[in-house]
Amino acid sequence: MADKKMEQLAINNIFTPMNNEATIDQRHSGNHKSTALPAGAVAPDFTLKSTPDQTVSLSEFRGQPVVLAFYPADWSPVCGDQMALYNEILPEFQELRAELIGISVDGVWCHTAFVRDRKIRFPLLADFEPKGAVAKLYGVYREADGTSERALFVINPEGIIHWSYVSPVGVNPGAEGILSALEELQNKKEAK
Amino acid sequence: MKRETSSIPSNALTLPAVKRDHIQGLIDAPIALVEYGDYECPFCGQAYPIIKAIQERLGDRLCFAFRNFPLINSHPHAQHAAEAAEAAGTQGKFWKMHDLLFENQEALDDEDLAEYASTLGLDANRLIGEVLAGIHTARVREDFRSGARGGVNGTPTLFINGVRHEGGLDTLLAALIERGS
Repeated sequence: MADKKMEQLAINNIFTPMNNEATIDQRHSGNHKSTALPAGAVAPDFTLKSTPDQTVSLSEFRGQPVVLAFYPADWSPVCGDQMALYNEILPEFQELRAELIGISVDGVWCHTAFVRDRKIRFPLLADFEPKGAVAKLYGVYREADGTSERALFVINPEGIIHWSYVSPVGVNPGAEGILSALEELQNKKEAK
Repeated sequence: MKRETSSIPSNALTLPAVKRDHIQGLIDAPIALVEYGDYECPFCGQAYPIIKAIQERLGDRLCFAFRNFPLINSHPHAQHAAEAAEAAGTQGKFWKMHDLLFENQEALDDEDLAEYASTLGLDANRLIGEVLAGIHTARVREDFRSGARGGVNGTPTLFINGVRHEGGLDTLLAALIERGS
């Protein structure tokens, strides 16, 4: 079987792992200026639905670090999917006492199906009505697409943005930046 | 709370570490390729023969290391498969098991793992016993953590001389040759 695969490779390997959409998006994203709220800004409070009958407010998590992960939409490809990756890395976030929250403009029923299918173990909030209102508060709404940017915010226990990052929409930013920011917060706390 | 520290130096997370990693080729080869992979991930399965072909092509110029990055929510057999390869490693046959697992991605339940151990002439009871007892769980987790901190954003993620390879597998050989020259 392996030999056969190698032959195929020798003929013409057109396979591109999970980054194929990334390269396209990178090409098209240009150098638009980010309007995302920067480090040092107060993280605007919000309340959004996480399920049809439950809501989550940012202020509930005062006293612990919060990671807000805005992403364009549910149902992106499995292996390269950002939320699926964070689901795997969740124990690392939890060890750093951080609460992870995903936000997209998808509605609660869409999130419910996505959470069930991908076994997501952290809340996904519906920034659905008025559409993108929270993304706009954080300066990460893409008017032309009607979705949010792929943007990350690490908020400190006092509710101040400690770190923010906007990734090209098609590029999965991974968890490295979040983990570094959370470790900085942890170190600050220990130094006190 | 003190965090457990990885034995992989933090400034070289994505370079092969001679004392802990499973390595093919010489550690001081000019080109170092590190794969973070998952035995149940179909994309890693597609990468497997390609990397093999590249190893053959580059010979002594390439050092290849494999680290575990099992996506256990998507791939229910990935964790045990990773631990089975580590367990085979303690019996001297990590790479043989690594290869068998990628060649049999559709059959990775515990019985299959025991069967592969027997096929390789390993002590299958010991191997599956170690897997079930979680003897190698920490090691696999350590690989995973180094990946999460090093910029792994899916599987497979490949690093060439410590730098993440952003292109596809079709550009891997060219990228390896370029970095190694």
